[in-house]
Amino acid sequence: MSNPYAKLPAWAEYGLIPLVNLVVAFLVAGLVVLLVGENPLNAAYHMINGAFGRGEYIGFTLYYATTFIFTGLSVAVAFHAGLFNIGSEGQAYIGGIGVALACLWLDKTMPWFVVFPLAIVGSAAFGALWAFLPGWLQAKRGSHVVITTIMFNFIASSLMVYLLTRVLKPLGSMAPQTRTFEAGGQLPKLDWLLSVFGLEVGNAPFNVSFLLALLAAFGVWVLIWRTKLGYEMRTMGFSPSAARYAGMKEARITVIVMMISGGLAGLMALNPIMGEQFRMQLDFVQGAGFVGIAVALMGRSHPAGIIPAAILFGMLYQGGAEIAFEMPSISRDMIVIIQGLVILFAGALENMFRPAIGRGFATFGRRFPVAAERGA
Amino acid sequence: MSDIAIELRGIDKSFGLVHANKNINLTVRKGTIHGIIGENGAGKSTLMSILYGFYQADSGDILVGGNRVTIKDPNAAISSGIGMVHQHFMLVENFTVLENVMLGAEDSQILNTSISKARVELKRLEKEYALEVNPDALIEELPVGLQQRVEILKALYRKADILILDEPTGVLTPPEADHLFRILGQLKDQGKTIIFITHKLREIMAITDEVSVMRRGEMVATRKTKDTSVEELAELMVGRRVLLRVDKGEANPGAVKLAVENLTVRDSRGVTMVDNVSFTLRAGEIVGIAGVAGNGQSELLEAISGIRRAVSGTVLLNGKPIDVTGHADPGDLRNRGLAHVPEDRHHVGLVLKFDEAENGILGYHNDKRYLNGVFLDTKAIQADAEEKIRKYDIRPPNPRLKTANFSGGNQQKIVLAREMERGPDVLIIGQPTRGVDVGAIEFIHKRIIEMRDQGKAVLLVSVELDEIRALSDRIIVMFAGRVVGEREPDATEGELGLLMAGVEGRKEAAE
Ligand SMILES: Nc1ncnc2c1ncn2[C@@H]1O[C@H](COP(=O)(O)OP(=O)(O)OP(=O)(O)O)[C@@H](O)[C@H]1O
Ligand SMILES: [Mg+2]
Repeated sequence: MSNPYAKLPAWAEYGLIPLVNLVVAFLVAGLVVLLVGENPLNAAYHMINGAFGRGEYIGFTLYYATTFIFTGLSVAVAFHAGLFNIGSEGQAYIGGIGVALACLWLDKTMPWFVVFPLAIVGSAAFGALWAFLPGWLQAKRGSHVVITTIMFNFIASSLMVYLLTRVLKPLGSMAPQTRTFEAGGQLPKLDWLLSVFGLEVGNAPFNVSFLLALLAAFGVWVLIWRTKLGYEMRTMGFSPSAARYAGMKEARITVIVMMISGGLAGLMALNPIMGEQFRMQLDFVQGAGFVGIAVALMGRSHPAGIIPAAILFGMLYQGGAEIAFEMPSISRDMIVIIQGLVILFAGALENMFRPAIGRGFATFGRRFPVAAERGA
Repeated sequence: MSDIAIELRGIDKSFGLVHANKNINLTVRKGTIHGIIGENGAGKSTLMSILYGFYQADSGDILVGGNRVTIKDPNAAISSGIGMVHQHFMLVENFTVLENVMLGAEDSQILNTSISKARVELKRLEKEYALEVNPDALIEELPVGLQQRVEILKALYRKADILILDEPTGVLTPPEADHLFRILGQLKDQGKTIIFITHKLREIMAITDEVSVMRRGEMVATRKTKDTSVEELAELMVGRRVLLRVDKGEANPGAVKLAVENLTVRDSRGVTMVDNVSFTLRAGEIVGIAGVAGNGQSELLEAISGIRRAVSGTVLLNGKPIDVTGHADPGDLRNRGLAHVPEDRHHVGLVLKFDEAENGILGYHNDKRYLNGVFLDTKAIQADAEEKIRKYDIRPPNPRLKTANFSGGNQQKIVLAREMERGPDVLIIGQPTRGVDVGAIEFIHKRIIEMRDQGKAVLLVSVELDEIRALSDRIIVMFAGRVVGEREPDATEGELGLLMAGVEGRKEAAE
């Protein structure tokens, strides 16, 4: 009775509502395109074609999606424990150090499958380390993680500028980046995976870290719903007073969860560093940590929702680049607007159409499920 | 036709597989107080939610004053003259009374004129119905009884002629409840119609004109109150004869299980809530703590169970100290044989978003039997839940159902099953039957006495004096954080009442 919305069947809850939200977001985005004097249908065509039109495009879309799966999972894990980790950005950035160190150390002597596990451990460890401090401050001193993680993003950024201009930069180079890794620091592409579908990956940097991302998604599902820690996290997220009653150690859980969250963010660094550029560059995260917040919101913090949401954002990135390229009057900033609209409708206004859809179900409900859909 | 306020015809409502209302017919006469009773989960709140527009009926008609109406949301209900006082108040805590009353009913965009008009209207309503409350007080500073009064004022301000109250007395102390009944009487005299849901048959007998009984989604009977009796109503509700009296033999108190000495507890604002309290609890006895709500009982239970840190004092569990002034660990206390049924099942005892099975292990989630290493043993958890559901007759018997969707009484059974099934040495239990139907009360009381007869020590806190008197072997009365007296269970209600009001206590303390 506390919930004024009628309960909807699962397929409507997890399928219909996100879909309606998305369609509305795109309709509004279409209006914006119309406003700058371009044809929205044209834009939509370029978006879809740019994201999925060719094997190579799909490769790019999935490359971006890989990054977003990691950061989305990072945000989601913290969210389940009632913690809002806005620091995935900085944690991913620092995670890069772990990747770079493993590669710089062994890329000349070892094959990628030796370097990769080390880089995984390194990136997760550095990311976790960067999240440890905000977690610890929250647990022991009550400093809110929202504030501290934002601050740690700035600190991370300054630290990386220092490292990449003074410490990790090869002598005599002008660019703020590490040297380019040899074969051992380069992840193989997943061309075989695409070729199963008769597609060619071309130049797209779609690489094995995608498989790691899927594995991480499964791991997060196990963690949240199948382990004792996950149970404690969810209790804390839903009701801190119940967690206290149950004797759960809030401080300990906070620190652990933040470290897991930071570790997942750190893994993101593998994808651009070992999978695309084969070196660590300044600002390689490029806002993926913040996109992770949107992805987690849209995916309702569930791995099965995060993967499609990450692919959607991958599509917006890749297809958006295509629009900007094909339609000169639409700049990259427009793409950011479209992404913003998706976040707005799928996240912030998530419940906007729920009452209408609920009424549709109440009226036509069990007899005419199709009518209910139209009623929305 | 004109003397009928509300008529429901063939109301039907299902939630998935749960058929909450089955072809309900109900006629409520104008200017009467109409009681609705029924077991937990019988469908009372659902029916009222339909009348108030929270839910839509799957089929059936609603007639208000003889006219068919569709009530698609609470606004529509309000414009049909129906107001509702929710069990969980819907007030803005940091708004004043006046602001809350106006909220959503402002009649112009310019607040100032609205405010002064509302103030005048509020004054008039207060006078007319003797509903005094300071319009400028902040809600969070008001006791629950007054908050409820604000809810009533809110409904009257919106010109409600028909007032629905869903378990209004669940949160009230006996004097507050008496006051509410006087107000309801007055409203009735003014021609308002009142629908009143409660689990307390005594209240039904005291104030209603007619009473309707629901059982498992059906409306099974409507009686004139003066032609029925508590026994008949209880039987109609449950479908069998109910033992309204508690049967219990002599207590055989054994060793001291819990010893509280000079315990002092402050709340988060630094106000002393428990003031130098000492008592002992023995194996095989039930000690009841009586007192008007808010006199420190809650804080006492919280301190003993390790949820709230005490300022000073000692507590011994089975002869060994509990670190009440430091880091007492509720998990550790559970292992040492202390079980706790908290007063607030919605925020403390349960996680409403968990399913039933998940709540079944809350606090016991470190137990090996539910774990495979770091993983949850979902099969074991499920099996455990199913067993408790059977043993405690929790309805609907579905361990995967979200706890929020169980009715109040069944939620309480979920907590009780979890805490009692461990066979703890000491059971601390707050408000065991708040919002629970007579059938379930009988069951819960039986279980509590069984625990005692098995040699467990039970500490019981309840605002229901009847319950305290029926179950306890000794009664401790708390007032303003202090123990003001200890009585035998045969002490009269009047005597306990005076103690609870702090009258006798002051004398005793002075002596
Ligand atoms: N939103 C919902 N979703 C699913 N089931 C629900 C929902 N609301 C109520 N129910 C179920 O409908 C039945 C009737 O519940 P309702 O709350 O009306 O009972 P009640 O008579 O008010 O009980 P109580 O005396 O405990 O308050 C119960 O079995 C309950 O579990
Ligand atoms: Mg109810």
